[in-house]
Amino acid sequence: MKKVLAFIDVVDGQPGEIGYELLDFARQAAPEAELVAVGAGPQAALEGLAGADRALWTVADGYRPDLVGEVLTAAIVAEQPDLVLVGSTAVGMDAGTYAAAKSGYASIAYVRSLEPLDGSLAAQSVILGGKMVARVAVPDRTVLQVLAGAGSAERGRVPGRPAQVGTLAEPAAKASFEGFGRPEAQDVDITRHDVLVSVGRGIGDASNIELAEELAEALGGVVSSSRPVVDAGWLPKARQVGKSGNKVKPKVYLALGISGAPEHLEGMRDAACIIAVNTDPAAPIFEVAHYGVVDDVLDFIPALTESLRVRQG
Amino acid sequence: MRIAVVMKLVPDVVEELVLSEDGKRLERGDIALKANEFDEQALEQALLLKESSGAELTVIAAETGDVDEMLYTALAKGADRALKLVGDGLQDGIWNAQYAGILVDVIADVGADAVLTGVQANDDLDGQLATWLAAGLGWSFATVVSGVEAAGESLIAKKEFAGGLTANLRLPLPAVLGIQASPEPPRYAPISRVRQIMKTQSLEEREVTAPAGSITVLSLRPPEKTGGAEMIEGDVQAKAARIAEVLAQQGI
Repeated sequence: MKKVLAFIDVVDGQPGEIGYELLDFARQAAPEAELVAVGAGPQAALEGLAGADRALWTVADGYRPDLVGEVLTAAIVAEQPDLVLVGSTAVGMDAGTYAAAKSGYASIAYVRSLEPLDGSLAAQSVILGGKMVARVAVPDRTVLQVLAGAGSAERGRVPGRPAQVGTLAEPAAKASFEGFGRPEAQDVDITRHDVLVSVGRGIGDASNIELAEELAEALGGVVSSSRPVVDAGWLPKARQVGKSGNKVKPKVYLALGISGAPEHLEGMRDAACIIAVNTDPAAPIFEVAHYGVVDDVLDFIPALTESLRVRQG
Repeated sequence: MRIAVVMKLVPDVVEELVLSEDGKRLERGDIALKANEFDEQALEQALLLKESSGAELTVIAAETGDVDEMLYTALAKGADRALKLVGDGLQDGIWNAQYAGILVDVIADVGADAVLTGVQANDDLDGQLATWLAAGLGWSFATVVSGVEAAGESLIAKKEFAGGLTANLRLPLPAVLGIQASPEPPRYAPISRVRQIMKTQSLEEREVTAPAGSITVLSLRPPEKTGGAEMIEGDVQAKAARIAEVLAQQGI
């Protein structure tokens, strides 16, 4: 392997952690390859990318999906790398597959690791809600969408800019950017609580949220949730944990009726103590949990609330 | 505006996932399939657009399993047309690059100027359909969209990033949107209404040929156990009592 491109997410002028993770991931997978960081954003976002041998950068502001897709496409066409890494993020989803399709590269998503395979590489991809891992042959000239956490941002972040920074002209974009929207201040900030009683699809119905509220009250915590509960309109967006919601790190995280898709795990796996309850003994949530209970949350939650009340007298 | 909503069946991961004998794929005949939940969000978003701006809505699905109920349900919810793509090899499932290859012509024939589909699916190993399609069609696009409004010859899309940050984007038509969530939860179509639609409306069919896939799966297997949780046994009261004890040990 001679050359690897790593696409650096930049949103609102800020590089995301995933960019540093990809630089580390690339060094681990192909230590001998030339590593080129690619992205669109302000020059300042190049700080911390000194781990890359070079950068290819488009100075741009705002955010346009086709712009990031075209920047990556142009970089691939110019550099002809063996491997391209993008994050499995909201930016990577715009850039990765699009650039692969435009440049005739193969595309493999949800990659958590790479392993040698007959002089080439195989990717391990987490699919089917985290219930299966696919080993996929990585042909020469492939774009990989890499999961958060696959590389180490700490190792990947090297102070300073890459030794060489080339400019990539801003490509034409059809989309226009009309501004960022900031999350509104909410009554409850789930990132600041020590105890989260988090409910998933297993809660069954909006009316059952009340059971979780009672449990949260008994524990001095608040109710949070996985994405399907918010999509169903049962809880506000501010309560959502996971990739498209909040990243949380409470002392105790109760995952009730949450199967543990990778997007959810990304938001809560660093909690100090994770307790999972699910009817499915094969649910991926049990892999990251410290304590597991196989049961219906609608039976378990009232039983736990009762148990706590008895203990508290 | 003419909107096409592209849907697909995905393995229902709540049910048992049965592996094929060669251990490289799921045994499609032995697993439960259901509509991709993000496609349901895309359909709801399209229905809202139809209601607010009078769009004509065609729902499209490749017959990678029994898609009739999914398509009739979409009609019952308010879609104007339902198009089933049929052809050899579809029943084994297709990758998104193949699906996009089929859809480029179909979407041109439908005359759609906006395509809405789910932002992702639990089996899109070769990347997401929306961007395969956007590249294939050469249209403007956005993924991870959680709200769309019609604005003359454009759509205004709200794209979500982590932590609740959003971007407002103006996408000139024609455009492809990967929908994360509709502003309203997907509506419910009563079974009686779906049955009635089955009697009064029919699905259009179109014969298609899928291009070759470009991905080679070497093996498919459940993730190896990495230690995992201490599992608490007993009846529900005993389990609750033990968890209450754990919580007390955590100082809660």
